[in-house]
Amino acid sequence: MTDLHFTSDRADSTEIEAVAAAIGNETVVVVETERLIRGGKERRNQSRHLLLPALHALQRAKGWITPGGLNHVADVLQVPPAEAYGVATFYEMFRTVDPGHSESVTHVCVDAACQIAGSDMLSDELTAAGSAVHRSPCLGQCERGPARFVQGVGTADEVPADAELFVFHQQGDPSLRLLKRIGVVDPGSLDSYRANGGYVALDRAIEMGAAAVLDAVADSGLSGRGGAAFPTGVKWRAMAAEEGRPKHVVANCDESEPGTFKDRVVMENDPFSIVESMTVAGFATGAENGWIYVRGEYPLAAARLEVAIGQARVAGLLGPDVAGSGHTFDIEIRRGAGAYICGEETALFASIEGFRGEPRSKPPFPTTHGLFGQPTAINNPETLLNVLDIVALGADEYRSRGTEQSPGTKLLCLSGRVANPGIYEVEFGTSLGQVLEMAGGLTGSGELRAVLLGGAAGSFVGADSLGLPLTLEDTRSAGTTLGSGVVMAFTTDVDMTPVLIRIAEFFRNESCGQCVPCRVGTLRQHETLVQVGRTGSITADRRQLVDDMARAMADASICGLGHTAASAVSSALALGLIGGAK
Amino acid sequence: MTSAQTTVSLSIDGNEMQVLEGTTIHKACESAGINTPTLCWAENLTPVNVCRVCVVEVEGSRTLVPSCARPAEEGMVVYTDSERVRHSRRMVLEFLGSGVDLDQATPLHEWIVRYDADIARYDQPDLPAAIIDEPTKIQDDLYIRDYNRCVLCYKCVEACGDDAQHTFAIAVAGRGFDARISTEYDVELPQSACVYCGNCISVCPTGAIQFKTEFDLRRAGEWRPDQQEITRTVCSYCGVGCNLEIHTQDGRIVKATSPADHSVASGHLCVKGRFGWRYVQPSI
Repeated sequence: MTDLHFTSDRADSTEIEAVAAAIGNETVVVVETERLIRGGKERRNQSRHLLLPALHALQRAKGWITPGGLNHVADVLQVPPAEAYGVATFYEMFRTVDPGHSESVTHVCVDAACQIAGSDMLSDELTAAGSAVHRSPCLGQCERGPARFVQGVGTADEVPADAELFVFHQQGDPSLRLLKRIGVVDPGSLDSYRANGGYVALDRAIEMGAAAVLDAVADSGLSGRGGAAFPTGVKWRAMAAEEGRPKHVVANCDESEPGTFKDRVVMENDPFSIVESMTVAGFATGAENGWIYVRGEYPLAAARLEVAIGQARVAGLLGPDVAGSGHTFDIEIRRGAGAYICGEETALFASIEGFRGEPRSKPPFPTTHGLFGQPTAINNPETLLNVLDIVALGADEYRSRGTEQSPGTKLLCLSGRVANPGIYEVEFGTSLGQVLEMAGGLTGSGELRAVLLGGAAGSFVGADSLGLPLTLEDTRSAGTTLGSGVVMAFTTDVDMTPVLIRIAEFFRNESCGQCVPCRVGTLRQHETLVQVGRTGSITADRRQLVDDMARAMADASICGLGHTAASAVSSALALGLIGGAK
Repeated sequence: MTSAQTTVSLSIDGNEMQVLEGTTIHKACESAGINTPTLCWAENLTPVNVCRVCVVEVEGSRTLVPSCARPAEEGMVVYTDSERVRHSRRMVLEFLGSGVDLDQATPLHEWIVRYDADIARYDQPDLPAAIIDEPTKIQDDLYIRDYNRCVLCYKCVEACGDDAQHTFAIAVAGRGFDARISTEYDVELPQSACVYCGNCISVCPTGAIQFKTEFDLRRAGEWRPDQQEITRTVCSYCGVGCNLEIHTQDGRIVKATSPADHSVASGHLCVKGRFGWRYVQPSI
């Protein structure tokens, strides 16, 4: 007998079958007498990582998560229903109120790149044509905006643009490292991947041994490409030294920074590279479990990664004896459900574990207390991709590109008013002006007004920054950031006020709500900008307020979301992009 | 506690001190006589460090750190009253006060003065600052929930869950400023898992969860805490020995609480101890 209390709502057979298909039929049993003891709690939490997949199944079955469906899942997994509801209401893709129809819902991106490409118009057109439309934060398709994502009811989710021809502007460029296989390799074939240099790095890693791989990664000077630029070698060595078991390697594929789509392009077009690089990471750090957390709005990426993992397993490249090395490593995929905050590493762990995606206080850090409280190396997929070259070419050859402090190459996401938006691989040190030229220069009628670097969490630079070398050190000393590689161009014909109001609204909507500075600060920042939009100018006391809020969010928030929530707005005010002045 | 305990040395506001390893910065401050505000921290609950009003500056740390949860480390240099600290504390108090009703959050009143928080500056011409504005949930005769006073400190969730009752009737739902403490689908308490232990009431720092008796008296303008008498006794229902504090006003019982520092119940009670006093007095 269990001790959870349920309302009288029951699931119907569609929901029960959908949940069984997603997470199996095994019911968690926790008897009342052990509910308070450590063992009982642990057993109850053991299967809780199936909560997110189960909620996905419910959402897809009915178009919303019904009280009966939630009760069923809560009962099967022995999660208190109030907590399961707390999790369900955390995500953009889940509905907990009956929408009154069972049509699929079209999410239309309203963030900067799509906003200036006419997302409001698209959304009006779709609504007029009778579609159910949901205003969505960045969908990671900034090169082909205004972007859409269709959330199915009873059918799979899909991205309409996936059916279109994929264009990669650098295809065939012999200097490519990270993107050399994009558009060349068949993403659904291990043989094709091998024929294009795949699995050379894993063989080499096994030959070198784990310690030598760790040395190579440290010597290469590789740093994290998700935005924080933490030295990968330091992270991996720290995790490798941990004796706790099991250990995890997590690929943070929850790419949700407005303006960012690089990981999507790699996952969709070269999925085996993610699988191989994670395997190398597992081998080097002694981890047996791999997890890919891919954002829910990337159904194609998730599907192709799933195929790649399956083929790698069949070929003995994942499993109990990886490529004959004696090392055990396998990978599981988790789909996010629409929450920018889950790209924050500790929030991502909470999300996989079946809790609300609320960040944890650091320290302790993931290397010691990561996923399930166990040692974890969590990396951005672009970071992992670099490891393949580091292992295959050696650290010295790797460092032959880029600068001393920013070795290697960087993926950039070009969007906004450029002629050929898309993903570009450039050597660190390439100037901002050169990068815009690579993307075909500006488009539209105006002159360059500003460039958003690093996404909504990054900052704007003015047209006088075209000479800025894009390296970690140069952007830092210029008071900006490369972040996740966003380069979004705005010309003088773009009205920047709505863009800034939307950036502020984005943070207001995406704050998890846990800590006060971010929960309320992002709200007040948005309100202040709405007022600036109404009056066309900013008074001295509002300007002071914006600065006061920015400092408190940066200083006192729990995680990076709050720390950076004011940075784009502050930079825009400093440049006079809004609120008068210039 | 083992006999061989290690100590760490740290400096707080220029004063060198030693504390046992594992002591939080907040505790260290307390022992140095430095009053540090906290809202979401309580002796009998696991620190969640969400309110951020206890932040302090630690040399070498890029951001401020929550003193309630961060253990003191060897050689740490801590500032509790620097301009950065005062600024963030002030902003946290302003943020809280701008969105919810802090009338009954007594400890905050002193801090708002101490940190010079200007709660009114968030209203703009024709655009009043958004506040939480919901009808009070009155669903039974035992307690009410008024989320217009809720600062989302998570204390009630913790007391309902792992830290005391293990009932898990409430959790945080929603996100951002729309996040609320809620039962599943916001069902009324009698339909939820709630067992009416009232431990959520006892940990709530702002009056968002309140005894119905207190709520009614406040509404009638008859709530006079300065005239109340508190009588300590032992709960008469079972053999556990939970201590009770019976609050009386004009010779009538108005509520029952439990001392947080008592070894048996650590401030928590069950429905009988908390509400089972009506045999003494059927109504207020």
